[in-house]
Amino acid sequence: MTALTIILCLILLVVIIVQIGKVTELAAKIRGEEEVQERSNRTQASYMMIFMVVFLVASVVSAYYYKNWMLGYGPHAAASQHGGSLDYLFDITLFFTGIVFIVTQVLLFYFAWKYKSQKGRVAKFVPHDNRLEVIWTIIPAVVMTFLVVGGLDVWNEVMADIPEDYVSKLVPEAENEYIEIEGTGYQFAWHLRYPGPDGKLGTRNFRKIDATNPLGQVWTDEKNIDDFHPSEIVLPVGKKVRVRITARDVLHNFYLPHFRVKMDAIPGLPTYFVFTPEKTTEEYRQSLREYPEYQQPDPEDPEKQLWETFDYELACAELCGSGHFSMRRVVRIVSMEEYKAWLENQQSYYLSSIRGSDSDPFKDQLLDFEISERKQEFDDALEQALSAVEQNAKTIQFNYVNFEEGSADLTSLSKYELDNLVEALNKYDNMTLELAGHTDNTGDPDSNMALSDDRATAVYNYLTSKGISDNRLTHLGYGQTRPVDTNDTDAGREKNRRTEFKILTQ
Amino acid sequence: MNDVVTTTTYDEDVLIQELGYDDHFHDHHHGDKYQSNFIMHYIFSMDHKIIARQFLITGMFWAVIGGLMSLVFRLQLGFPEESMAWLKPVLGKWIVLNDAGIGTLAPEFYYALVTMHGTIIVFFVLTAGLSGTFSNLLIPLQIGARDMASPFLNMLSYWFFFLAGVVMFASLFLSTGPFSGGWTAYPPLSALPQASTGSGAGMTLWVTSLVFFVVSVLLGGVNYITTVLNMRTKGMTMWRMPLTIWAFFITAIIGLLSFPVLVSGLLMVMMDRGLGTSFFLSEIFIGGQALEHVGGSPILYQHLFWFLGHPEVYIIILPAMGIVSEVLSVHARKPIFGYKAMVYSILAIAFLSFIVWAHHMFMSGVNPFISNFFVIFTLIIAVPSAVKVFNWITTLYGGNIRFNSANLFAIGFVSMFISGGLTGIFLGNSAIDIQLHDTYFVVAHFHIVMGIAAFFGMYAGVYHWFPKMFGRFMNETLGKIHFWVTMIGAYAIFWPMHYIGMAGVPRRYYSFDSFQAFSHFSELNQFITIAAIIVFAAQVLMVINFFYSIWRGKVVTEKNPWGASTLEWTTPINAGHGNWEGNIPAVQRWPYDYGKDGKEFIPQIVPLAEGEKDGGDH
Repeated sequence: MTALTIILCLILLVVIIVQIGKVTELAAKIRGEEEVQERSNRTQASYMMIFMVVFLVASVVSAYYYKNWMLGYGPHAAASQHGGSLDYLFDITLFFTGIVFIVTQVLLFYFAWKYKSQKGRVAKFVPHDNRLEVIWTIIPAVVMTFLVVGGLDVWNEVMADIPEDYVSKLVPEAENEYIEIEGTGYQFAWHLRYPGPDGKLGTRNFRKIDATNPLGQVWTDEKNIDDFHPSEIVLPVGKKVRVRITARDVLHNFYLPHFRVKMDAIPGLPTYFVFTPEKTTEEYRQSLREYPEYQQPDPEDPEKQLWETFDYELACAELCGSGHFSMRRVVRIVSMEEYKAWLENQQSYYLSSIRGSDSDPFKDQLLDFEISERKQEFDDALEQALSAVEQNAKTIQFNYVNFEEGSADLTSLSKYELDNLVEALNKYDNMTLELAGHTDNTGDPDSNMALSDDRATAVYNYLTSKGISDNRLTHLGYGQTRPVDTNDTDAGREKNRRTEFKILTQ
Repeated sequence: MNDVVTTTTYDEDVLIQELGYDDHFHDHHHGDKYQSNFIMHYIFSMDHKIIARQFLITGMFWAVIGGLMSLVFRLQLGFPEESMAWLKPVLGKWIVLNDAGIGTLAPEFYYALVTMHGTIIVFFVLTAGLSGTFSNLLIPLQIGARDMASPFLNMLSYWFFFLAGVVMFASLFLSTGPFSGGWTAYPPLSALPQASTGSGAGMTLWVTSLVFFVVSVLLGGVNYITTVLNMRTKGMTMWRMPLTIWAFFITAIIGLLSFPVLVSGLLMVMMDRGLGTSFFLSEIFIGGQALEHVGGSPILYQHLFWFLGHPEVYIIILPAMGIVSEVLSVHARKPIFGYKAMVYSILAIAFLSFIVWAHHMFMSGVNPFISNFFVIFTLIIAVPSAVKVFNWITTLYGGNIRFNSANLFAIGFVSMFISGGLTGIFLGNSAIDIQLHDTYFVVAHFHIVMGIAAFFGMYAGVYHWFPKMFGRFMNETLGKIHFWVTMIGAYAIFWPMHYIGMAGVPRRYYSFDSFQAFSHFSELNQFITIAAIIVFAAQVLMVINFFYSIWRGKVVTEKNPWGASTLEWTTPINAGHGNWEGNIPAVQRWPYDYGKDGKEFIPQIVPLAEGEKDGGDH
């Protein structure tokens, strides 16, 4: 029924239009075609003038009305160091083109109106004027030269890469230090990466990408170890930033509208953009505050006004598929102190998500910082035990000595702890120890006894193999006889399965 | 200024008979056997005038489709909250209904619409529909030839275009939808079916269609060039050709040089898709797996695409410029000002159009140093463009201007070309482009300068040569309504987009809600959408006027209703295949003798008077 109505309406419309056409033609015939022509010419010519006036007024007034949304004006001032020069270029170009726009549009419509056809007049025969041609070739050429020179000057400065003697740092302090961060586009979000305390981004290989390694970081590259993946871009104000821009699947574009930053993200071909944020988010909010456009309540959060909820944003500006319009990340520009505080809360992606898992190439070894951390821990425990008076306090449990499931084979990571003990034994020549193995109460007590003995022996063997004299060491297994916690819970049993040593003499 | 009007009437038939060139056409013309039946006459026609009409009507069909598509996505952008459930009967599964029965446009289909809108309007409407129509119609008629150099290739040219259309049309009905990666079809998005549903069969059909289309352009182009170079009538030197012919001629050359590069790019995409090559692909992880492709560069495709893509905008605009030059001159009753400057500026624009392509790629990751050259060449184009504008304006100066629909659109063209051209100066300057690239500012720029302007050129041509094509006039009242609604409406649509773009809003966004920075313009977007609907309605009016006038329009009673001096108006009102019944007219003077020596106009076939200098000689 609706379809029928629509079709009928359409047919009716066509008929009406056709009738209008017919009627006007008939009227023209009755009135005399020439007179109708003449009249129509006059009206059309005056429409031309009316259009010109309305058009020019509307363009100027609308531009004024929308000025606070425009590039470089009021609240839309650039928030980066180079942005201002772009906005300035825009204004200069607007000035010249604005003049040309008004002059040419006025002449066009004015001439059209002025020289409307009139009975008994012949047009002027002016086929050409070479002097005019030269003039209006040279004037645009000169203006263009001016704009090109100005534009390229800015362009080459803005697009220049970081000077070679600059150093990338996570916390840049000196003049020649900068932060290098990375934005990777994928369908349909940005994955961000910061270099970690070493200031360097680790290498990547797209074939290593999987569910746990979204960027394909190569974990054998130690520059990757401290890299972290924040969910928003946070940068200290006034420091040079080099964004390394890449894509995982299709083209994206790393676009920071407030900073006048835009660059395609290309799979297989990293690009970059260097900029220096100049206003903190808070400063920008304060500058927005005075504009009525930003004094409206935020539709998302009606309690607050738009300027209060303002955030810098990262968007995608290259069509990348059906979710292209939704690749948002927040950008926060903060003071150096706030930046440092934020860094405190960031965790290395490797250490928080990869370390110890199957995809960790260093699963069977300790990293330098872990070695020194554990050594410190061990040495502290030893110092404490050595200075203790009570006999009970002279027993130290190995926190990192472990055995393969149900056997007495030391795991590869256990030797680091044992090496710490070797070092201690070499330092304190008089120290003698009792090495003891314990199990929980699962299984047969006899075999538990045997296993704990074997494990103590394994530790003993390792130490002697490292040159510790066997008369400084004794070893025995206690089986399940000396639990330190309840055997009724997993946690308790876990505690009871242990290897420890007791300082006999020191 | 001479205030005395002399309305001399010329007996054209006698002039042609006496001074024309006898090619013995009448000896073998009795009943053109190739045109003898309906199918041969109207369908597989080899008459350039019929082929022109075929191009025009097919182009109009596509313009309506492309325009409707823009309305659907404009509805989404202007009224994202409104239900589109009422479109479900037409768009089916692309309208997604939620539990409350509120229908929204699926994002994939939004992108498919945007892509198809661009492809269809750029290639099918403004290339085939504009240059295809008027090159075919006017080249033989205005240079005094009986037909194209090869009528057969000319027919093939249309039918390859038709085939391209059929394939593209079919792709609209794929279950995975038509191609949706933008009319530029940048890989990897276009090369990987797993990247987007439209990049599957939709992309394959898109490429197939465009390859057919390029074949059509090349067949047409070869013909246009050969015809212009070899088949000009006696006395028709290059410097006596109307600017329309210059424009079509240069357009054909540009097309011939640039379209094959597009095809090579598209074939390489197809090889990347199907044959495992890696021209444009490298280090891609998508759909949970790392692809084998390494070593390719997506930027290479962009170079190949824009090596066509930029000349393509001149392929679109040059014919419009030629038409406007002619129409302005005829209806201002004045010679086009600076004829030779107009020709030289066409040549300069054509040459420069080949060395500016990378200005579409300032932000694509090409070496920023390279951009220096492209900035320089790009902004140099402003000079010949400015020369053309000043010449058009000066053509109006001192004229005796008739405001009929054709001339209104020609004047409107100049206004649009100024407005859209000036914003190109912002975008061509790479430093400003950093911010404006791929924003609505770009959308506003190219729609005004090569979308609306080219449409205006086309409308000027249609209203002006409709009497030649169909022996009837289009209705003037409807034409004027069409003009004013379109003129005001087009500015209403695209002018506000400059502001949206200056605020940084990226183009090709399905929704602006995700970003604070882009979400402030819902009123403006509504306004644009409403303007777009009104403008589209005005185009429907034009289509109705067009078809009504073909059969019911005011009948043309004199051969030269506009009082134009070019050759096409010396043919019979409804000219048959071969155009002139007897001799081919010989040309005696340049085509712009309007208002000379107190005469309203002097046709090109009228010999120079004693001591008279030909107008083109300066």
